[in-house]
Amino acid sequence: MNQQPGLFNPSTLTVSELTRFITALLESEPVLQDIWVEGEVSNLKYHTSGHVYLSLKDETATLRCIIWKTYVPRLRIRMQEGMAVTAHGRISVYERGGDYQLYIDNVQAVGEGALFQEFLRLKAQLEAEGLFDPERKKELPAKPGRIGIVTSSTGAALQDMLNIFRQRYPLVEVLLAPAAVQGVSAPAEIAAQVKALNQEQVDVIILARGGGSIEDLWAFNDERVVRAVSESSIPVITGIGHETDFTLSDFAADVRAPTPTAAAVTAVPDILEIRAELDTLQTSLQIAASQGIQDRRADLREDLHALARLSPMNQIQNERQHIDMLIERASSSAGYSLQLLRSRMEGSLLHLRSVSPQAVLERGFALVFSQDGSLVKSARQVHAEMPIHVKLQDGSIAARVKDVQTNRDPAVSGEG
Amino acid sequence: MTEKPVEELTYEEAVKELEGIIQSLEGNSGALEDMIRLFERGQVLGKHCLNLLDKAELRIQTLANPDVYGETVL
Repeated sequence: MNQQPGLFNPSTLTVSELTRFITALLESEPVLQDIWVEGEVSNLKYHTSGHVYLSLKDETATLRCIIWKTYVPRLRIRMQEGMAVTAHGRISVYERGGDYQLYIDNVQAVGEGALFQEFLRLKAQLEAEGLFDPERKKELPAKPGRIGIVTSSTGAALQDMLNIFRQRYPLVEVLLAPAAVQGVSAPAEIAAQVKALNQEQVDVIILARGGGSIEDLWAFNDERVVRAVSESSIPVITGIGHETDFTLSDFAADVRAPTPTAAAVTAVPDILEIRAELDTLQTSLQIAASQGIQDRRADLREDLHALARLSPMNQIQNERQHIDMLIERASSSAGYSLQLLRSRMEGSLLHLRSVSPQAVLERGFALVFSQDGSLVKSARQVHAEMPIHVKLQDGSIAARVKDVQTNRDPAVSGEG
Repeated sequence: MTEKPVEELTYEEAVKELEGIIQSLEGNSGALEDMIRLFERGQVLGKHCLNLLDKAELRIQTLANPDVYGETVL
C-alpha cells in the first residue's frame, strides 16, 4: 500500500480501503489505544440503545466520543454538559461516518487525582473543628430496641446486616433509610437520611456500604455526610467498605466497624448472652426472695425466743429447775457420804473380825472360864474339884478340875 | 411505681424492671406483702422476657427515599 502513485496509472483506493488503512494505522499506535483525554463535555446524549454519545472539546478542538452501554453502569460520575472530565479509552474510526473517535471506558471528574489532597484538607479542617474529638463519642445502647440503617436498599450489605440481626438479636426492629451509596446524589441522600433518622425513635444508626474502590466509597468522605454523622444525637456506627478503608465518616462516627457485618454485630448483643443473662436474673430473683423470707424467719425466731424468755411461766419454770438442781445436788452428795460410811464400816468389821477370840477358837483353841465367868489364864487360878466352863468354837463344856500342876502339863479333865 | 401490664413491655423495659425488683428484694426492706408482690411480678416479667426471646422475629420498616435533587440518578 505504500507504493508511490504511478505517472500514468495513479493507484486508486476505494473509500472503504482508505478508511480501513487509516483505522489500521491508528489502532497500531499503542499510545492511542490507552489514553487519557481531558476536555469539556458537550453534545451529551444518552441514546435509547443504552450507548452514550458525546464530544470532548477545548477552546480549539473537538473529539467525538462514544461510551458503549456495557461501560455506562461503571461510570462513577454523572456527566453533565460543560463538565470538565478526564476520559480514558482508545482511538479508532467509525468507518460509516468517517470519523475517528474516542471509545471511552472510564470517566473521572477533572482533578480526581487530587481527591486524596482534598481528603486530607477536609480531614484537617473537620478535625480542627473538633468533629472527631473522642469526647464527642456517644455510648452505644447495650440492647437497642430499634436500629436505623442508612444504606442501599438493594446492596448485599443490607442483607448481610439483616442476617446478623436475625441470628444474634431478632428482638430488634430495623428502620431502613434507603440511600444511594455511590454516585453524585449519594452524599446528599446519605446526609438527609441520617438527619431523617434523628427524627425517628431509633436507639442507634448504622451507616453502611459494601466494599468497593476508594472512589466508590467517596460519598462517605463528603463534608455533608461527615457533618450529618457528627451532628447526629443518636449514636452512629459506620461499616463502610473493607477493613482497610477509612473514610471521614468513620472518624466522625461514634464507633467505626470494619465492615457492614461487623457493624451489625457491634450494634446488637448475642441472644445466647441475653438468654444467659435472663437465666441469671431469674435465679437472682428466686434467691433474693427466698433470702428475704429466710431473713424474716430468722428475725421471727429471735423475737419468739425473746418473748419466751420474758414470760412468767418461764420464770416459774426457771425456779423449778433451780430447785430440781439443788435437790439433785443434795441427794447425790448424800448418797456419796453413805457409800463412804458403808465402805469404812466394812473395813472396821474386817479388822474387828481379825482380832475376835472366835477366830482363835476356830483354829482349835479353847477358853476356860471360872464359875464366876472370869477367864482362866493361869493354872494358879484353879484348884482340884473346882467347876469350870470350857468354851470351844461351836459350844461349851461344864467340867470339874481333877488335878492342878503348874508350869508344865496342867491337866484339865472335862466331862459332859 | 406505676405498673404497665407486663405483656405491653418491650424486652428492654421488662429486663430493666426485673433488675430493679431484684435490687429492692436484695435491699430486703418493706412489707412482706410487698415483697411477695414484687417477687410474683418478677416471675411474670421473666416469663414474658423468655417468651419474647422465643417468639422474636426481625421486623423491618422502611423510610421514604429522600428526594434530594428532584431528579433521577444515572
